[in-house]
Amino acid sequence: MGSSRKVRLAIKHEEDFVRLKILGNPGVECVHVIAKELKTALDELATETIMWDLSELKQMDSALALLIVKDIQRAENSEIEVLLSPMEHDVEKMMNMVKEHAHFDSTFEPQDKGFLQSVGEDSIRRLKDISAFFGFFGKMSIVFFNSFYDLRHLRWKETVFEIYESGIKALPIVALTMFLIGVVVAYQSASQLKIYGANIFIVDMLGISILRELAPMLAAIIIAGRSGSSYAAQIGVMKITEELDAMRTMGFDPYAFLVLPRMLALMIMLPILIFFADIAGVIGGMLIAKVELGLSPSLFLDRFVEVVKVKHFWIGIVKGPFFALLIATIGIYRGLQVKNDTQSIGFNTTKAVVESIFAVIICDAFFSIIFTNLGY
Amino acid sequence: MKKIIEVQNLVTKFGKNLVHDGLNLHINEGEIYGFLGPSGCGKSTLMREIIMLEQIKSGSIELLGHKIEKIRSRTAQKLRMQWGVLFQSNALFTSLTVAENIALSLKEYTKLSADEIKDIVAFKIDIVGLKQFDGTLYPSEISGGMKKKAALARALVMDPKILFLDEPTSGLDPISAREFDTLILKLRELLNLSVVMVSHDLTSINTTLDRMAVIDNKIIVAEGTLEEVKQTDSPFIERFFNEGLR
Repeated sequence: MGSSRKVRLAIKHEEDFVRLKILGNPGVECVHVIAKELKTALDELATETIMWDLSELKQMDSALALLIVKDIQRAENSEIEVLLSPMEHDVEKMMNMVKEHAHFDSTFEPQDKGFLQSVGEDSIRRLKDISAFFGFFGKMSIVFFNSFYDLRHLRWKETVFEIYESGIKALPIVALTMFLIGVVVAYQSASQLKIYGANIFIVDMLGISILRELAPMLAAIIIAGRSGSSYAAQIGVMKITEELDAMRTMGFDPYAFLVLPRMLALMIMLPILIFFADIAGVIGGMLIAKVELGLSPSLFLDRFVEVVKVKHFWIGIVKGPFFALLIATIGIYRGLQVKNDTQSIGFNTTKAVVESIFAVIICDAFFSIIFTNLGY
Repeated sequence: MKKIIEVQNLVTKFGKNLVHDGLNLHINEGEIYGFLGPSGCGKSTLMREIIMLEQIKSGSIELLGHKIEKIRSRTAQKLRMQWGVLFQSNALFTSLTVAENIALSLKEYTKLSADEIKDIVAFKIDIVGLKQFDGTLYPSEISGGMKKKAALARALVMDPKILFLDEPTSGLDPISAREFDTLILKLRELLNLSVVMVSHDLTSINTTLDRMAVIDNKIIVAEGTLEEVKQTDSPFIERFFNEGLR
């Protein structure tokens, strides 16, 4: 491979023709130099006979050969005579091969769609998406009820594995995050409450907000990021590598083997995670109450029992299975939506997380309205 | 003849598992060279070491005049542009069309205009025996044999000196496999390629290979032309060439 500095196209006007001589030994990385020089020279060469002098080349790259062959064709189309110098055997071989195999009229660009067409196609795709989700949900429900009809059909081993994998392993991070949230919320409210001398009310505030809203939401969001994404990616890859098809042909229903255990595991574990998140959050708040407001833990807990009714705790816990159902279904559904290319794994994993967090928040809003109207 | 690849006293170890115990071989310019051996003998590993995907434990590999065990990253990058690799599973980028797959290196490493790149891509698509239309398709939309050809076109796009093929005919039907052999022979003739391949396919070993190395029990048990290899006394060679042909 020659360096691009030495490569040059020499243009020499001779008696009967213009001599275009290639100097240096251009590899594919410096063919652009010649392409550029040829382009600027073309305007001057409008009518004269061209002589391509390839005699100095030892060997030729296909990119250069294509460039020359294309130019010869162009010249011949506008009835300019083209001469070729004698050349080395390898160079001639390359020129002949390029003449035989070149296609200068191919296009590989996708055709531009009109505005209407792309809007239409997009709408239909989205509608299909929604109907596919309902199809998935229906199929999952059938498997769900079938399994409960006869509990022996349930894959207990897989379920227990998933309980460990996506429930128990998530415990430290959920507890730690909730502890810090407790600290932050308590810290912010402590400085406000101090102004009014209402120190003791930090217990009411923390108790209700953590048990009712913060702990369930935070646990759900962490699980959505942790398990929702892993379900989507894992099932997506299994689809690409045809593992899902293999399971089907061996008579293992992927819904029973993959979908249901994951769903059950999350539905069992999310309430438990919320319970631990409650504890961690309250401990975080208690710590700050002691440090910032001088409220001793025993006083904090006395007040806690007094003002925070047990219904707040139950409301938080009850949300758990619903959030879990949303996270698991969306994650798995997105996994099954993966097409036959690697990019769609990334796309669907992102979608799984974003959609499940969004769904959890919407669901939480509904719960707020329902529980408030019911008087809880 | 000029040596383009020379392997000396190569030792490979994965953990406690000794794979190669002192391999010596050389590959000449313009040759089609094959690595043979029972599965698990480290043929693919040897190829991966030569194309610098795998670190070598000890010994040396010289590639186009460079010792790859102490190569600088810029030289390595230059070397990488002088070979093309066809992986066993094709390794086409699934999110790009066939034409985009082929054009990738040109876009990255040359300053050619889009139009010139398109001409080169069209030429390479034709030369491996695909139709121009196939360039607009995604890898998931074409058959196994076409994927092989597309991956070959991608390997050839920079006009490499050496072509590495990892079991090129595996997963192809016999007709496509023979077509592929013919294609390799034709490309060698047209492009002055040297070809290094790992192969199990007896027909392609018989028809395409100039020389070969048989790796068994961590060492090279035979090296040379088909006739020379067949005369070597080794249980693997005996079984491979005799029972395989029945």
